[in-house]
Amino acid sequence: MSPNKAGGAIGAAVTLANVSKTYATREGLPVQALDAINLEMTPGSFVACVGPSGCGKSTMLSLLAGLIPSSEGEIRIDGEVVCKAHPKVGVVFQSDLLLYWRTVLGNVLLPLEIKKQRTEASHDQVLELLKQVGLEGFADKYPSELSGGMRQRVALSRALIQEPGLLLMDEPFAALDALTREKLIVDLEAMWLRLGNTVLFITHGIDEAVFLADRVVVMSPRPGKIVLDLKIEISRPRKWGSAHEDPLFLGYVRQIRKIFEAQGVL
Amino acid sequence: MARLFENSAATLLILTVLLVWQIAVIVSGISEFVLPSPLQIAIRLVEERWLLLSHAGVTAFEVLSGFLTSAVIGIPLALAIFYSPIFERAIYPVLVGMQTIPKIVLAPILVLYLGYGWAPKIVLAFLISFFPIVISTVVGLQSLDKGLVNLVRSMGATEAQIFFKIRLPAALPNIFGGFKVAISLAVIGAVIGEYIAADKGLGYLQLQANSQFDTTLNFAAVVVISSVGIGLYSILNWLESKVSFRRERAT
Ligand SMILES: Nc1ncnc2c1ncn2[C@@H]1O[C@H](COP(=O)(O)OP(=O)(O)O)[C@@H](O)[C@H]1O
Ligand SMILES: [Mg+2]
Repeated sequence: MSPNKAGGAIGAAVTLANVSKTYATREGLPVQALDAINLEMTPGSFVACVGPSGCGKSTMLSLLAGLIPSSEGEIRIDGEVVCKAHPKVGVVFQSDLLLYWRTVLGNVLLPLEIKKQRTEASHDQVLELLKQVGLEGFADKYPSELSGGMRQRVALSRALIQEPGLLLMDEPFAALDALTREKLIVDLEAMWLRLGNTVLFITHGIDEAVFLADRVVVMSPRPGKIVLDLKIEISRPRKWGSAHEDPLFLGYVRQIRKIFEAQGVL
Repeated sequence: MARLFENSAATLLILTVLLVWQIAVIVSGISEFVLPSPLQIAIRLVEERWLLLSHAGVTAFEVLSGFLTSAVIGIPLALAIFYSPIFERAIYPVLVGMQTIPKIVLAPILVLYLGYGWAPKIVLAFLISFFPIVISTVVGLQSLDKGLVNLVRSMGATEAQIFFKIRLPAALPNIFGGFKVAISLAVIGAVIGEYIAADKGLGYLQLQANSQFDTTLNFAAVVVISSVGIGLYSILNWLESKVSFRRERAT
């Protein structure tokens, strides 16, 4: 399915089987966020998930990251049942969540310190990774010295240094201005083509979902259900500029918009 | 406050005030015992340096003992309030409520129980500096972004790692903020304790000076009390710069 991966076959196989999540709220009323999600991600595939606000996208991500338990069903990463944080998972959130008292280098080293995997080689590894994400020479800067786009690149590096089999991204570019966002979208595709992680990319942007993904999963309003699982057959590497004139691209976008319109979301 | 003196505009302002004061005293011919000039105070400071220093030692000891007791009891209590729902619901509201009681009014009672020595002063300094330390530490611990906790949890962090790698560093600016308020209040507590009943300390020296109509010595004591406060505050500032990264520093 995915046409990539010269270097590493690090992508993990991910399965959600009949996964539901109901929150117990403080008032005692249960809130069902996810309803019987079935999703299978092949190793190295890029899956984007779009859906209206509050439909349970972040919940699905938290479940995969092992941050909360599911109410029903089973999640597996490379065959192992997820019940706590899984070592093969790296996460990027909408907010960069950088530690302001650590330099860029220190921030990217954080997961290695937590996992007790920091070695003498780690320093050079981080510098190499920073170079790849376009942050060469910024290792000793503090987050407050960086722009929003650069900070999100650091957050991405912090996830990638863990060599995650599954990279989870929760609206990572939503807080960025349009131009910065476009640049990051294009660079993310290039990075992913090189690295070959399995990616679950949550977004509000239909265009970025279609541009980036092998598959776009569309969810219904809460409780979230998968209402469309759309295979995106556009060759890679894709071109952001011409994508918006490509009838194939526009057809996928229209198809997804139609569902949102039918749901009354758009 | 250390920064205040690095700031040349502030230094200039202080010098101007002193100069105006000096000139006003000379021109008006006001008597020293009503209002001494800055120069007269300075001379007195030098002449009585050993007397002032020995009393300053007593006051500083009381301030530091009270403050350190507050920190040693306050920080663990703040941790208990943060980590235990029972402490949070039972003790924290009481503490916040008690912050509104002026602790100073306890001074005469403390003297009654603890006598004329340093004990009531230390207890007063402790009581007055305790609440800001506890409350700002709790606020600091609570200030951590929930998203950050989720992020490091996704990396498999243990509770201890969460505390030492992110929660404590994120709380340090608040903790030091509390320390700085507390140390200034501890000075007030100790000196007031000395006003009530004492046979040493800078507060006691002020009362002695008053009874002898020695206004200059009184002012000299004020200068030394302020210096004790500024000195302790500066130590905290220095300590903070060693262990904590201020968010503003890099911007
Ligand atoms: N910890 C929680 N407790 C109770 N309800 C929650 C909690 N987290 C999320 N929810 C609810 O679950 C639903 C889905 O939330 P979320 O997964 O954040 O949606 P999305 O990311 O798609 O916007 C929302 O209605 C939200 O209010
Ligand atoms: Mg969300």
